[in-house]
Amino acid sequence: MSINPRLYPLLATIGIFLVGYLISYLQFPAMLSTRVIGNLLTDNAYLGIVAVGMTIVILSGGIDLSVGSVIAFSGVFIAVLLRDTSLHPLAVFALLLIITTVFGAAMGWLIHALAMPAFIVTLAGMFLARGVAYMMTIDSVAISHPFYSMLTSAYWLMPGKGRLTLIGVLMLISVLAGAIIAHRTRFGAAVFALGGGEQTARLMGVNVGRTTVLIYAFSGLMAGLSGIVFSIYTGSGYPLATVGTELTAIAAVVIGGTILTGGAGYVIGTLFGVLTMGLIQTYIVFDGTLSSWWTKIVIGLLLLIFILLQKGLLRLTAFGEART
Amino acid sequence: MTRMLLAGAALLALSVGASAQTIGFSQIGSESGWRAAETTLTKQQAEERGYTLQFSDAQQRQENQIAAIRSFVAQGVDAILLAPVVATGWDAVLQEAKEAEIPVVLLDRQVDSSDDLYLTAVGSDLVHEGKVAGEWLAKEVGDNKCRVVELQGTTGSSPAIDRAKGFRDGIAGKANIEIVRSQTGDFTRALGKTVMESFLQAEGGGKDICALYAHNDDMAIGAIQAIKEAGLKPGQDIKIVSIDAVPDIFQAMAAGEANATVELTPNMAGPAFDALEKFWKDGTVPPKFIQTESKLYTQADDPQGEYERRKDLGY
Repeated sequence: MSINPRLYPLLATIGIFLVGYLISYLQFPAMLSTRVIGNLLTDNAYLGIVAVGMTIVILSGGIDLSVGSVIAFSGVFIAVLLRDTSLHPLAVFALLLIITTVFGAAMGWLIHALAMPAFIVTLAGMFLARGVAYMMTIDSVAISHPFYSMLTSAYWLMPGKGRLTLIGVLMLISVLAGAIIAHRTRFGAAVFALGGGEQTARLMGVNVGRTTVLIYAFSGLMAGLSGIVFSIYTGSGYPLATVGTELTAIAAVVIGGTILTGGAGYVIGTLFGVLTMGLIQTYIVFDGTLSSWWTKIVIGLLLLIFILLQKGLLRLTAFGEART
Repeated sequence: MTRMLLAGAALLALSVGASAQTIGFSQIGSESGWRAAETTLTKQQAEERGYTLQFSDAQQRQENQIAAIRSFVAQGVDAILLAPVVATGWDAVLQEAKEAEIPVVLLDRQVDSSDDLYLTAVGSDLVHEGKVAGEWLAKEVGDNKCRVVELQGTTGSSPAIDRAKGFRDGIAGKANIEIVRSQTGDFTRALGKTVMESFLQAEGGGKDICALYAHNDDMAIGAIQAIKEAGLKPGQDIKIVSIDAVPDIFQAMAAGEANATVELTPNMAGPAFDALEKFWKDGTVPPKFIQTESKLYTQADDPQGEYERRKDLGY
C-alpha cells in the first residue's frame, strides 16, 4: 500500500503527538487522566480556534498577523460593553463577530485591490486592533455578567473528574467546520488553488478577489470567536492579553503539517499542532524543575524539523514527478 | 508492550509515592530583581521543609498561569502558591482547585475573586512600611527641627500613594518635622539623582535639608550620589531613610552613607508554608490576609552581613 506523500507531514504531526504523549505518560502516569485531556482542550481552545482561521490563510499562501490583537480587542470590547451598557452578552457577541469579520474582509480587500503583501496589511491591522483596545481601557476589566458565570461553569464532568468544557467543545467544532470548508467546498478548492499560485488559480477560473476577501474575513471571524472564548476563559478583558499569539498560531499551523508557502495541508493537522504545543507546556509544569522557556525552545526545534521535512518532501515529489 | 508500560508506570508510581508534600508555584515571571529573589527564597524554603516544589514561570501571561494551575490540579499537588499577574479572571480556575480540595495561597498580590476561593493571601502592607520609616525618623531627630525632602515613586502607583501616606502617619503629631519638598523619582536611580540635585539647589545647597525619605532604595542610592557631588556627607549631613532593603542599600549603610531601610521581604513563601502546615495539621484556617513583617534595618544591624546574605538571591 502506498501512502500519498502529501499525507506525510500530517502523519508526522500525529506521530510526534502520540510519541510525546507516550513519553510523558511513562514519566508521569497522571498525564493519562481525563483531567489532563480536558485541560489540553480547554487551555488551548482560543489558540485552536484562531489557528483554524490561520490554516485557511496559510493554505492560500497568505499570512494574518492581526489575530492576536483582534483577540485582545475582542476581550476588551466585550468587557467594556457589558460594563457600560445593558446589552445581553449574546448581542455583544453578534456585534463583535460582525466587527471582526468586516475588519478581516477589509484587510483582504486591501491586499487584493492594492496588490499589497498580506504581511504589511495585516501588520497594520495588528497595530490598529491593539491600539483600539488600549483606547477603550488600559486596565484589566472583569466581566461579572450572570450569563458569563454560566458559560465559564458549563462543562461535562468526564469519568475521572476531567472537565470537557464548552469552550473546549467549541474548539473541536471549529476544527471540524474548518476541515469541511477547506476540503469539501468550492471555496476550499479555491483557497488551495490560490495557494498554488495566483496565476494558476486564475487559469482555473477562481475569482481571486472574492476568495481573498473571504479568506481574511474568515480569519477575522475566527479571531473574534477566539476572543469570545478567551474572555470566557479568563473572565475578563485585558488590552495586554495574547501578545504574540499570531506567531504561536502560525507555529501551530506549521507544526500541524501545513506548508508555509501554501497549497498543501490539513486543518485536522493544525489541531494536533496545537495539542502538541499544549502537551509540551503540560509536561514542563508536571516536571516542575525545567524552566518554562523550554516550551519555546522545543517549539522552535519542532518548527525547524517541519520546515526541513517540507523541503525534503518538495524534493521528493519533484523527483517522483520527474520519474513518471 | 502494554504489560511493559504498565509495569513501568507502576514502578514510577511507587517511586513518587513517598509522603513528601508537593507544592505547585505559579510565578508571574522574573521581571524584577525582587521577584527573582522571591523565587529563590521560595525554592529555598521548600527545600528546607522537605517539600517538592513544582515551579512554573508564566512569562507575564495570565493564560500560562491558568494552564499551570490546571496542570497542578490534574497532578494532584497538595497546595498551590499563586503570584497573580493581574487581579481579574481567576474565579473559574480557583473554583476548580477548590473543588479538588487543593488549598491556594496568594503571594504578594491580590485577586478580585471571592475570598472563599483561596486559603489566604500573604503580602506586605505598603502604608505600614511608610509608617515604620516615618516613626524611625521621628525617633531619630527627637525634638530637633527637621526639614524633610521626599522622593516619591511612580505617580499614581499604589506603592507611591501608600508609602507617602504611611510616612505622614508616622510623623503625625511631630510639629518639628516638616516635609518641605516632594517630587517623583519614578522608582529609578537616575531620576532619584536628578531630582535630588534640584532639591539641593532649591534648599540652599542642601544646608537646609535634614533628612531624605525615598519610596525605594534605588532612588535613595541615586540621591546619595547627588549629595556626595554637592560636597555634603550623606548619612550625616542629610539622614537617609528608604524602603525595600535591596542588597545595595546595605552596602551604602555599611559605608555610613544611608541610615535606615524598611524591608519589603521577598520571603512570602515562609509565612505561606507556616499557614499551610497548620492547616494540614489540624485544619486551622488562617486569616484571609497575612501581613509580612516590615522590618526596620539601621546601621546598627550589621549591614555588611545583611548584604552578604542577600547578594546571591538574584536581586
